[in-house]
Amino acid sequence: MTARTAPREAHSAPTTSPEHGVAVRTSALRRVFGERAVLDGVDLTVHSGEFVVLLGASGSGKSTLLKILSGFDRRVEGDISVAKRRAVVFQEPRLLPWARVLANVTVGLRDKDARARGITALAEVGLAGRERSRPLTLSGGEAQRVALARALVREPDLVMLDEPFGALDALTRVKMHGLLRELCERHRPAVLLVTHDVDEAILLADRVLVLSGGRFHLDQPVDLPSPRSRTGIEFGRLRTRLLHELGVNEELTRYEPPGATDTTTGTPPAR
Amino acid sequence: MTAAAAHTIADASFRPSETAVGVPLEVEDPTDGRRTTGRRFVVPGWVRRLAGPVLLLALWWAVTGFHVVDSRSLTGPGSVFRAAHEMWGSGELPRDLGTSLSRVGWGLAIGVAVGLALAVVSGFFRLGEDLLDSSMNILRTVPVVALTPLIIVWMGIGEPAKIFLIATGTAFPIYMNTFAAIRGVDNKLVEAGKAFGLGRLGLIRRVIVPGAVPGFLVGLRWSWGVAWLLLIFAEQVNASSGIGYLMTQAQSWNRTDIIIMGVVLYGLLGLLGDVVVRLLEGTLLSWRRGFVGT
Repeated sequence: MTARTAPREAHSAPTTSPEHGVAVRTSALRRVFGERAVLDGVDLTVHSGEFVVLLGASGSGKSTLLKILSGFDRRVEGDISVAKRRAVVFQEPRLLPWARVLANVTVGLRDKDARARGITALAEVGLAGRERSRPLTLSGGEAQRVALARALVREPDLVMLDEPFGALDALTRVKMHGLLRELCERHRPAVLLVTHDVDEAILLADRVLVLSGGRFHLDQPVDLPSPRSRTGIEFGRLRTRLLHELGVNEELTRYEPPGATDTTTGTPPAR
Repeated sequence: MTAAAAHTIADASFRPSETAVGVPLEVEDPTDGRRTTGRRFVVPGWVRRLAGPVLLLALWWAVTGFHVVDSRSLTGPGSVFRAAHEMWGSGELPRDLGTSLSRVGWGLAIGVAVGLALAVVSGFFRLGEDLLDSSMNILRTVPVVALTPLIIVWMGIGEPAKIFLIATGTAFPIYMNTFAAIRGVDNKLVEAGKAFGLGRLGLIRRVIVPGAVPGFLVGLRWSWGVAWLLLIFAEQVNASSGIGYLMTQAQSWNRTDIIIMGVVLYGLLGLLGDVVVRLLEGTLLSWRRGFVGT
């Protein structure tokens, strides 16, 4: 523990001053849980308007990183500067069940036009007219769209999403990918999305970062034309590359259990 | 077949197994033959809830009417009602009922306010918990009634002493239940509230208090019962008005009808409290979709 504190001196440049066009900058970020350093030397820069996806296996520390960037975890070493106007979308919608949908969207806003902006944001995520609904009457996808509207209404410079579609069914997830991409193109915030879903990363990202062993091991720009689809050689190549980086060999997994989820590889039964 | 088996693992799971052919399976109708068809006559909730008390009344009437019990020990509903009618007419009952209600009302109001404030302070602030919670748990175990001599020394035997006794007794159930409910509020919601710019007051107002309402209502129901219990105690020890006083007086005249009228009144007032809390639950907890029983 004492041995690692020394390098901090080298990075003590003034990072609190506003940097033009940089929404997130961390250097030599380190977070220790007990004996284990979950994050160990994370250097991350996210420019405004950039869509960055953090990819990592479970337990790789990607959620911890988001927690630190949102200010929930203060037991951290290293330099951090994050855009002040920021919003979070969690894996669960985390709506207040006793408040109606609109009140959930505008929670914490004090400006006079909050109500009007909330209604606009709800319309943008396709929930116009649902302002007075109770959260418990919404489907999983609808609730997560309310959470998106709640982030959007703050006009953030940075949006952080922590596996936002992980709890949704596959069909809803496809729709949500489209919606998120569309919203981000319209409002151009910097986006930092955490996921373990390689396909999701390639479909959404301008840049994919792979987190393993406490630091980034790959910084992969994704230069696919939009609208993106899962088909195509380039997609497959990227997919293999990222999976390999995560320590998964696609060729082996392909034939493993009968009735595996990957329907594209299933061979028709012999007659 | 043998040539194909080498590369088609997929069809291994598809092979009809020996057990699937020929052996009859046990099957059943999952509804067990008891289908719920479109229209079914449903007894309204309030009728079902009233059935218990009505049955009790009928039993009382039967026991006294057929002289199973001596009428000096237990008078029938008829004579109790007559006594009530008579005392209402003379103005005695309205005065005593009013006195009792105002004692309970004030005591409960103060007790609830104090209990709620203490619960929010020690539920929300860790320092508050360290300073308050252990003391509250020690005081909670002291029977409030044991404080009566002290209260009399402090405040005499007037109205303030009675209200103080009720307030003290009712503050604890409110405190205990609300505190537990505050600590039961989902931390993820608190975290989200903070992330979206809620300050301390905002968190209390928008997240903590609404989340603690279910526990608070349990405490309120409990407190309502405690309030009447302490009222009876206060009025029977030292009072010159109130339902408890009425019953003590009746005891010295051997008027069981008046004593039982007092008991029935207490029961009805307890029911009133239940109705009030139920109405509160209906409006404050309309967002909930909990299990409502089968």
